[in-house]
Amino acid sequence: MRVDPLAQTACPLQEEEAAPRLALAGIAKSFPGVRALHDVSLSLYPGQVTALIGENGAGKSTLVKIMTGIYQPDTGTISIDGQVVTLPSAHAAFGHGVTAIHQETVLFDDLTVAENIFLGHAPRTRLGLIDWRTMRKDAREVLDTMHAGHIDADARLKDLGIANKHLVAVARAMSIDARIVIMDEPTAALSMKEIEELFLLIEFLKEEGKAILFISHKFDEIYRIADRYTVFRDGEMVGKGLIKDAGQSQIVRMMVGRSVDHIFPQRKAEIGAPVLTVSGLSHPTEFRDIGFELNKGEILGFYGLVGAGRSEVMQAISGITRISGGTITLEGKAIAPKSAADSIDAGIVYVPEERGKQGVVIGLPIFQNVSLPSLKRTSKSGLLRLAEEFSLARSYTERLDLRASSLSQDVGTLSGGNQQKIVIAKWLATAPKVIILDEPTKGIDIGSKAAVHGFMAELVAQGLSVIMVSSELPEILGMSDRVIVMREGLVAAVYENKDLDAETLVRTAAGIAA
Amino acid sequence: MTDIPAPRHIPDRLDKPLSSAIFSWEALLVVVAVAIFVVNSFASPYFLDPYSLSDLTFNFTEKGLIAFAMALLIISGEIDLSVAAIIALASTLMGMAVQAGADTPVLVLIGILVGLGCGAFNGLLVTRLGLPSIVVTIGTMSLFRGIAFIILGDQAYKGYPESFAFFGQGYVWWVVSFELVLFLIAAVVYWFLLHRTSFGRRIFAIGNNPVAAQFSGVRVGRIKFVLFCLTGLMSGIASVLITSRLGSTRPSIAQGYELEVITMVVLGGVSILGGAGSIVGVVLAALIMGLVTFGLGLLNVPGIVMSIFIGLLLIIVIALPIVWRRLRGGR
Amino acid sequence: MKAFLKYREIWLLAAIVVLIGLISTRFPAFADPGNLRQVFNDTSILMILALGQTVVILTRSIDLSMASNLCFTGMVVAMLNAAHPAIPIPLLIVIALAVGLVLGAINGLLVWRLNIPSIVVTLGTLTIYRGATFVLSGGAWVNADKMSPDFIGFQRAALLGIPVLSWIAILVIALFFVLMTRTALGRSIYAIGVNPTASVYAGIDVGRTKFIVFCISGMVGGLAGYLWISRYVIASVEVANGYELNIIAACVIGGISIAGGIGSVGGAVLGALFLGIISNALPVINISPFWQMAISGSAIILAVVLNARGERQQGRIILRKAEAA
Repeated sequence: MRVDPLAQTACPLQEEEAAPRLALAGIAKSFPGVRALHDVSLSLYPGQVTALIGENGAGKSTLVKIMTGIYQPDTGTISIDGQVVTLPSAHAAFGHGVTAIHQETVLFDDLTVAENIFLGHAPRTRLGLIDWRTMRKDAREVLDTMHAGHIDADARLKDLGIANKHLVAVARAMSIDARIVIMDEPTAALSMKEIEELFLLIEFLKEEGKAILFISHKFDEIYRIADRYTVFRDGEMVGKGLIKDAGQSQIVRMMVGRSVDHIFPQRKAEIGAPVLTVSGLSHPTEFRDIGFELNKGEILGFYGLVGAGRSEVMQAISGITRISGGTITLEGKAIAPKSAADSIDAGIVYVPEERGKQGVVIGLPIFQNVSLPSLKRTSKSGLLRLAEEFSLARSYTERLDLRASSLSQDVGTLSGGNQQKIVIAKWLATAPKVIILDEPTKGIDIGSKAAVHGFMAELVAQGLSVIMVSSELPEILGMSDRVIVMREGLVAAVYENKDLDAETLVRTAAGIAA
Repeated sequence: MTDIPAPRHIPDRLDKPLSSAIFSWEALLVVVAVAIFVVNSFASPYFLDPYSLSDLTFNFTEKGLIAFAMALLIISGEIDLSVAAIIALASTLMGMAVQAGADTPVLVLIGILVGLGCGAFNGLLVTRLGLPSIVVTIGTMSLFRGIAFIILGDQAYKGYPESFAFFGQGYVWWVVSFELVLFLIAAVVYWFLLHRTSFGRRIFAIGNNPVAAQFSGVRVGRIKFVLFCLTGLMSGIASVLITSRLGSTRPSIAQGYELEVITMVVLGGVSILGGAGSIVGVVLAALIMGLVTFGLGLLNVPGIVMSIFIGLLLIIVIALPIVWRRLRGGR
Repeated sequence: MKAFLKYREIWLLAAIVVLIGLISTRFPAFADPGNLRQVFNDTSILMILALGQTVVILTRSIDLSMASNLCFTGMVVAMLNAAHPAIPIPLLIVIALAVGLVLGAINGLLVWRLNIPSIVVTLGTLTIYRGATFVLSGGAWVNADKMSPDFIGFQRAALLGIPVLSWIAILVIALFFVLMTRTALGRSIYAIGVNPTASVYAGIDVGRTKFIVFCISGMVGGLAGYLWISRYVIASVEVANGYELNIIAACVIGGISIAGGIGSVGGAVLGALFLGIISNALPVINISPFWQMAISGSAIILAVVLNARGERQQGRIILRKAEAA
């Protein structure tokens, strides 16, 4: 469709020293109205990690679903060890030794660890019945070989932490003797320490001779663990090669098709008087004695490990979670929001972290999503006024540079980055005084990220106050005026963002003494 | 494609192709309704008579009234299986009041209030305690009708005042019954409520994604509570109509209505999973069910056999678009 | 011990023991082993049906057509018996299972192949199957005098002092126990209920498993059809009318979560027994049978409230980690 000069220079197809374990060639897949993949190819080699890189909507997830038998390609071939195969179902993919460890760990919370590992291939007794004793024993063995003997094979999965769930998923891959392991953003919800453990595990899988596909947005991880890379853009393969031969900026250019500077926007917002004062905020089990001030025109960063209680505090301030004590004062007036509706009325909005679950209402068109929190203003004594809704939706979606064919389009048909724009637009449209953004750029592409950051700078310049919960250090350091670090439900420290370094933040968040 | 286009104008809506209107659910229902109407008028010479057409309406008005509220409830992602039991309890309490010498206005008030109270009870259990409505209302279904059985046993209440008969038997003008007028008014009110108010919009939002709706400032619990109250209220009104039409109360009154009401709602194109549906569809479904029942009745087909047709209709009308889509997609 | 008390079946069993205890303080004869055997026998059919419903509910589905299936299949075997008394009872039972299987398979196919929500499908077949009973029988009843002595007597015959009906229930319970705890199908059923998406990735064919589950509930409905008709010795269109909700009630009281994935064979059996004890106890303690409906309604509400409490105690506790560290 379009000749990419970068792609040609980036893949001087060298002779490969080993035959690929899995090779995809000429794969295409379309959905009604969307061309997800066009003539892509991908090779995975035994004992090597291949990183699949691309912006959201580049077609990575579709490819994973094709490799795991969930989707069927329209054209193209899949070969394993040189043999052309078809994968008509997940079960078939399973049979060929393909297994995926997914973005949202797809395991079974109410089943035991052993069952999660052996579901679908449990050891049987001579009568064909499930042999629970052997299953438990085998599960313990697999976990032991992975140096994960601390996990109880009889524990219910829901009682494990996210990192241990990953270990179980890997154990499952080991138990089916998977030869091809797909890891789809496995580090998204992990803390630094857990990521290190995962990397040890990946090294282990490499030594076992597995062919690994590693999908991640994080370049430091890719450079740390991958041997090869393949870059997708808009459903096409635009480059591939050995990681050691490629520079970071080169790959970024391939991803976005243009160079992107990582510079965060310059801000000249006047920081004014306190707008929001929180003191002694407590919850029976999740956080205690949280106190801070947010000033007019300020971006206040909240850093911490995943599970430090940051989102819980924010949800309490916005009335979604009940508190057991403490006060919230907005512009000198004490407020006690009992629901999101109360806090929106007061002028505090919370833009949630989980876009699909908490953010957009899939099934409703764009304009109805945007107007949902503002229905009081767009309707008159309870009666809808569509013209008002459309103009509200238009003004905010155009400011955020939304790509859509019409405002009556179902949000479910939009890409992740565009859905995130809707999510921000809908809460901004309520004209709040304080906006709380929870992981505003999690899992979105570099282009959309820059748009969101630029927009935040615009907001504070207009006198809004922003709280930004983020687990990404560059974002925290690049955007915040001050940073609050939380650890295990408590405020660990407050820093002015002057000469603040990443190491200090990480140490405080992890509770390691300097 | 690599360049960033300048912010462009996004149209409000794209022109919909005519085919999407033709293949809409409502259009399908209209076709079915007309077909049944035509078949009926050929099958029985009595069908096209205004008086028999008027009788026809009694087959759907009472259930239809409940179906409107039930449609809203199902769109919001909940369900109420206790509606028929509410009818029985309200009717029984009206009967008790008659024994105590109550007059028509008091009876109507009792019927409506009992309905509202039962609906509120369901609503409290579901929204305050966060229980699944399907289970709660299976429970209250037994509870409400159970109370009616405790009060009445195998007895029946009779002796309703003459003026009470108007609601279920009276005519407003010529062959237009009071029930039909009430049904039409309710249709307009509920259409307006669902499709033209912010309340209705919030119902759709809740049905599609209750968590996101809550985060967006929709008071999910309160709206669901109101919907349970409305469903109870409509059941109370239906109870007044049925009791008035029959002139007596047994604890087994309106047995099995809940499934017919839900069939009506689903047939009307409301998604049982919540989030989608229209009042026009429900009105058409009510009409279709009335036509089928009445038409077969004229042909002396027993009621139990009619239910086969209703059941088949439900499955076929829902399966048809799926099969159709699959056949077209398969090409 | 604590882990032991986590199982809701234990609590339900305790509730049943307390209930029997309370009744027997005033009517000691109720706790008599002979009477308890009788209660078990009376509840056999409900237990069997509840087990069939349980596997359906575990997959996040529901089968509202079980009672209608029972009614239809019961009529088929009753009419067969009336016309050909020579057909041996075991063969009739096989026929009942087969007819039930076909009716269940129809539900299952609609759910599997057309992806129609099960509540809609079985709402439709609920009326269709009962209507079909009328068409089959022409509205006539099959009375006791038309049934062969074997037909009526089979389930009443005593084996080791216990009626065959109870033995059938025990056998069905055992089969379901093995199915749910020791077979791959049983574990797939749980997996689908816990996490349908993950099940697809784990290589489980969700649609086909649901189909099988409806076949099972259909067969169970068919078996119950013969048992019901031969027990109450009348086959008519009205048989077990509205009984589908009693079946679901037994499951709910037994702790089967309507959201799928949670529940056990033991729970379903105890749930059914709980209802059985109440209906047997009412005449004993001289309460009008008209109270039964309201009592079981209250029991359902109470059960679902208590079960919800038990499930809510989970969730992340951030602070306690801080205190422990």
